[in-house]
Amino acid sequence: MSGGGDASSLEPGVAPEGVVPLKVRLRRAERMRRVKAFGLVAPLLIFVLVTFALPIITMLWRSVEDGEVSAALPRTLAALKEWDRKALPGDEAFRALSLDLAEARAEGTLSAAARRLNYDVNGMRSLIMNSARRPPDAAAADIREAFIALDGRWGGIESWAAIASAGGPLTDFYLLGALDLKRGVDGSIARTSPDHAIYLDVLGRTFRISLSVTVLCLMMAFPLAFLMATQPAHIANLLTIMVLLPFWTSLLVRTTAWVVVLQNEGLVNNLLQGLGIIDEPARLIYNSFGVHVAMTHVLLPFMILPLYSTMKTIKPHYMRAATSLGAPPWLAFMRVYLPQCLPGIAAGCLLVFILAIGYYITPALVGGAADQMLSYFIAFYTTDSVNWGMASALGVVLLTATLILYGVYSRLVGGGAIKMG
Amino acid sequence: MNRHLAVIAVLSGAALFTLAGPASARDLTVVSWGGSYQDGQKIAIFDPFKAKFGIKMIDEPWDGGVGVLRAKVQGGNADWDVVQVESEELAIGCEEGLFEKLDYAKIGGKDAYMPAAVNPCGVGAIVWSFVLSYDGDKLKAGPKGWADFFDTKKFPGKRALRQGPKGNLEFALIADGVAPADVYKVLATDEGVERAFKKLDGIKNDLIFWKAGAQPPQLLASGEVVMTSAYNARITAANEKDKKNFQIVWNGSLNTIDSWVILKGSPNLAQAYEFLNFAGQASVQKDMTKYVSYGFTNKKAMEGVPPARLAVLPTAPENMVNTQVIDDEFWLENLDRLNERFNKWAAR
Repeated sequence: MSGGGDASSLEPGVAPEGVVPLKVRLRRAERMRRVKAFGLVAPLLIFVLVTFALPIITMLWRSVEDGEVSAALPRTLAALKEWDRKALPGDEAFRALSLDLAEARAEGTLSAAARRLNYDVNGMRSLIMNSARRPPDAAAADIREAFIALDGRWGGIESWAAIASAGGPLTDFYLLGALDLKRGVDGSIARTSPDHAIYLDVLGRTFRISLSVTVLCLMMAFPLAFLMATQPAHIANLLTIMVLLPFWTSLLVRTTAWVVVLQNEGLVNNLLQGLGIIDEPARLIYNSFGVHVAMTHVLLPFMILPLYSTMKTIKPHYMRAATSLGAPPWLAFMRVYLPQCLPGIAAGCLLVFILAIGYYITPALVGGAADQMLSYFIAFYTTDSVNWGMASALGVVLLTATLILYGVYSRLVGGGAIKMG
Repeated sequence: MNRHLAVIAVLSGAALFTLAGPASARDLTVVSWGGSYQDGQKIAIFDPFKAKFGIKMIDEPWDGGVGVLRAKVQGGNADWDVVQVESEELAIGCEEGLFEKLDYAKIGGKDAYMPAAVNPCGVGAIVWSFVLSYDGDKLKAGPKGWADFFDTKKFPGKRALRQGPKGNLEFALIADGVAPADVYKVLATDEGVERAFKKLDGIKNDLIFWKAGAQPPQLLASGEVVMTSAYNARITAANEKDKKNFQIVWNGSLNTIDSWVILKGSPNLAQAYEFLNFAGQASVQKDMTKYVSYGFTNKKAMEGVPPARLAVLPTAPENMVNTQVIDDEFWLENLDRLNERFNKWAAR
């Protein structure tokens, strides 16, 4: 920017030949500043995109993607395109299947397709794999009979419907499954059989546990945060350290510590038995009680800290003014103090609730079989059964439910009221 | 996965092998489960192997998962040659063509190994067992089998099983009088599944569930449960390290085999066979039992194992009576559905 002469001596808006007007130069400077600012933020932005947005998009994609069967059985799918799903498909579908099975087996794509079909109809995996080991000759005149002789299930519409509806490229199979629904042979949506419909219950359980943990946290954090905000500095500091110390300890360590405390021969039971309050050890762990205790403890700092930082800003004069105007303490608290705490309460509750929803390791270690939350099933499908479609679909359900709840919550509390302090 | 990519990967792997021949680009890489197990393998298998053949070899740990192997083989840059896999990974990987089909003539012949350890894609490395265990210091007259585990009158107190259906449904049926050899036949029917859950109903209020293999010894040590299902080597390790007196009931236990596989297209095929042959030797497998109480797969490895050690190995003849190998085909096909059923049962 050395082209200009003495710009200040010029009349605004009138620039001599060859001199860039001030307005343009200002705009350029402004643009430079913005580019620099963006450059500084860019690493974080890219980081967030790569580590947060991308995995979520991949997850959303996986929950509807359906490519295994079309990769392995393309001819069969083409032959089934016009099939009405009422009677067995024609011979050409059987012939196509025979060719596809042999080829997909040789290429190694068959196993993934068999696994995908097995999600829909139990037994399809072995049906496909066994049939591919010795498929009937595609040129045989009685190909249909040959297949049915090989395995009677090829004579059932169910097996063929499973192949026809897994043609992809997109499917609602996993998402429906995550909501305890499935498509019948004719393509209509129906409820999963009661013996296997667990995910809505699990989702409800996840929200129920998270909600009660949030309430417990609030009840315990409020008095403590109040104490921290109102005591003289040295006591407040001590309290803060006592809150932060466990906060800095590993989640796993804190959870295992609860196992030691709550187990049959643990501290609590020994104490209660020693005092003669109970004769038999009480069952405090590997049930819903243990989950609540451990999760509340682990999440408590996330409630205390926003509450504390909000309360710290509330001037004590307001309460004094209220009492001097004749309000009894409880009324002054309800009408003057509590409303000013609301942003902290809102932030703390939201933080605790959302963290609690995704909890996995704590319920896994201190809960019973009936206390596992949705994350447990996501982990099960990711690592134990390698059914990533179902894992993603459960993730999508959890994400959607959380977003809806957040929407309702911010509407109720008022978006601007949620403050981290 | 793109099938062309897979074909190219396999072809280029094969081409690389034929071109490169014995003068391969990188050292033989053997992958196992890490931890103290792999430390034992280093002393008993890897180091003697390197010393004997003068082959350069490196060993790496992994955490399992067929997806890893799939990515390595189909991605075309497999930097592993020999991998120890669990039986499910063996079954899936073999179907998908991720492993070399083994030429047993190069590794001592099929007859050298126990029948269950012989698979076209992999050869058994170790046998481990899912057993019933209890604290011998607390229960003098302990349970003799799964029927006792389900008998809360004879043995009051809580008991623990692994979370999920796998193993537990088998144990319930064995307790209900089904012979271990027949459990998968019975479980394949709806009535069989009902029967297993009905049996579990009987002890539901006395059951707690563990998730990690380290938990059963802790549950026994803390007196939380009177008996539990457990992985055999964890129990033996607790007895050795923490001087416990945990007893193992082998009657009705479920076995499974971890196998060595050679990844498809390995450029070090000849050395990989050399390694498999060495790791399958009776004397090497016998040495390995000193470090971890997993069973051997070579029929002759038993000779020379001290009786006290033999007693805690799943493959000791007296420990193999009335046991069953876990049926991976069954669980690959039914795990999802039975897990749903199990959680429905648990929530009821």
